[in-house]
Amino acid sequence: MSDAVIDVSGLTKIFGDRKVVDDVAMRVERGQICGFLGPNGSGKTTTIRMLCGLLRPDGGQGTCLGFDILREAPEIKRRVGYMTQRFSLYEDLSIRENLDFIARVYGVRERRRAVNATLEQLGLARRGGQLAGQLSGGWKQRLALAACMLHEPRLLLLDEPTAGVDPKARREFWEQIHELAARGITILVSTHYMDEAERCHELAYIAYGKLLITGTAREVVVHSKLTTWTVTGNDLFALAAELRSQPGVEMVVPFGNTLHVSGADAQLLAQTLAPYRERAGLDWQRGKPGLEDVFIKMMDYAPDNFES
Amino acid sequence: MNRYFSWRRFWAVLTKEFVQMRRDRLTFAMMVGIPILQLILFGFAINADPKALPTAVLAADNSEFARSFVRAMENSGYFRVVRHIADTRAGERALAIGEAQFVVTIPEGFARKLVRGERPVLLLEADASDPAATSNALAALLTLNQTAFRHDLRGSLAHLQNQLPPFEVRVHRRYNPEGITQYNIVPGLIGTILTMTMVMMTSLAMTRERERGTMENLLATPVRPIEVMTGKIVPYIVVGYVQVSIILAAAWALFGVPMVGSLVLLSLALIVFIASNLAVGFTFSTLAKNQLQAMQMAFFFFLPSILLSGFMFPFRGMPQWAQWLGEVLPLTHFLRILRGILLKGNGPAEIMPNMWPIGLFLLVAAAIALIRYRETLD
Repeated sequence: MSDAVIDVSGLTKIFGDRKVVDDVAMRVERGQICGFLGPNGSGKTTTIRMLCGLLRPDGGQGTCLGFDILREAPEIKRRVGYMTQRFSLYEDLSIRENLDFIARVYGVRERRRAVNATLEQLGLARRGGQLAGQLSGGWKQRLALAACMLHEPRLLLLDEPTAGVDPKARREFWEQIHELAARGITILVSTHYMDEAERCHELAYIAYGKLLITGTAREVVVHSKLTTWTVTGNDLFALAAELRSQPGVEMVVPFGNTLHVSGADAQLLAQTLAPYRERAGLDWQRGKPGLEDVFIKMMDYAPDNFES
Repeated sequence: MNRYFSWRRFWAVLTKEFVQMRRDRLTFAMMVGIPILQLILFGFAINADPKALPTAVLAADNSEFARSFVRAMENSGYFRVVRHIADTRAGERALAIGEAQFVVTIPEGFARKLVRGERPVLLLEADASDPAATSNALAALLTLNQTAFRHDLRGSLAHLQNQLPPFEVRVHRRYNPEGITQYNIVPGLIGTILTMTMVMMTSLAMTRERERGTMENLLATPVRPIEVMTGKIVPYIVVGYVQVSIILAAAWALFGVPMVGSLVLLSLALIVFIASNLAVGFTFSTLAKNQLQAMQMAFFFFLPSILLSGFMFPFRGMPQWAQWLGEVLPLTHFLRILRGILLKGNGPAEIMPNMWPIGLFLLVAAAIALIRYRETLD
């Protein structure tokens, strides 16, 4: 008996004549935090929606919490906590009324107690009567997470839960996520933030509907075979323009006052960079490629089926 | 560029506005469609002087004179004989269900009395619940007894022409003897207000969820379509009943509208009517992308409802095609039921002919709504 909470393969979704999700396979073990990454419009949201029964896949099969995603969507809906990308609680209901509604719909036992406990946990016990629409972005996000935890789901699907949330709230959010994972709850979370990606147990990277890579953050970096040099100094903008056309240089990305120069062929890259390292006013370091370097590279090389 | 008014900035806003207008197809269709629709409805369909009104004839005297009178009525253009009936009960029913607007009774021995110069009495019963529909016809009728027998009263009977009129027409304005317009309008308002609020409210109810993004959350929960639909519809049924109670109370207290029939029967018919409107609203809400579109669709439904149902203008004054359109609308039938129950005291048997079309409409609209409603976001 496998311990996979999400186990799907061949997942495909077609909108019109566009394959938005193309043959995606995914496996997430119990208690794992899986980071779901990819550029805008790459199919993250669509994949998550298929996992929780909001969209019907056009192809593929698999299970979520042991239930068939094609035939047992109602069962999955009952047991999954799904946090939408956009705040989707009722802004014209109070915090308590929102929680009450969700608890009722899911048939939570001892509803009043569960709602009170949630309010207490959120630190919103005294503000329960406030309209949800009046909350700030960070509070809305906390409320939304609390709402989708009310029925004590074994699997959380979080769609860009931290978009537009300040760093402190994000950090607290991630502490909570790890706490939940430690309790055996499985979490699939999509994000654009690389620091968040590094907090995940494993990553899945999707671009243009295709799953490009899965694994831990380290595995992803190693797998990319990318070598990165960083350089600081004067007039980096001109240097970047110059380097881009050189052999072995695949990516030149400015990060503030430093420039990341990366390529898959380490030897060729070193050769190319050798004359530049002699230049005055430049400080070269052999760096480690970051996840961002890896993902930007993968994005550049992924076939863009939106243009074809 | 000018500090206060720059043509370039003005032009930028103006072109942007036109581009957005072009994108929003439904609004564009409204801007073109509403004038055309109004033009056609007001220009062609609406006629405040209805002609060829259905008339039933109860001829106990089948003389030449009786036939001449009926012919003269038809020649006036206002009356169209739809059937000949045998007794007063049949006439009563024809008026109650609205099959006939008028019933003419030609009494026994009419011709004999006429010839003897005894000025016999003809009885004309009119369904006067809508005074506007009958007033012109009745006015035309009064001139008839002067001219109807001009050709028949010749030779030895010519002297009867001089002691005009040779007979008397007694008009009974049934249901609304004083011809009070409010008696007709106020019950009609119940149906109209219900159509407006019910369709609009429900069409907004679902689109609001979608527009605010709460639909996704709702769909992700275990809640089923039928639970959403009924849960959203029932509150508005309650609202509908509150509205009806207010109007009925006002009709009774302020306007003294008679309430001859059974209010229980009325509230039963009300359920079907309200439900049919809610089903339309629900269908709109599954079609519309946002609340504005839902409002526009509701308006598109409301406009013909108010103009073609016989609420504002006599139904029988409209050309055939407009009447067919009107027959599709639930409001048309409900107005007949309402006025029938309140003014005529109609019972279940009399409202049946107008009950089943509403029921049929409800079934079709609800089926479309349920087919269109998706449990997924596809």
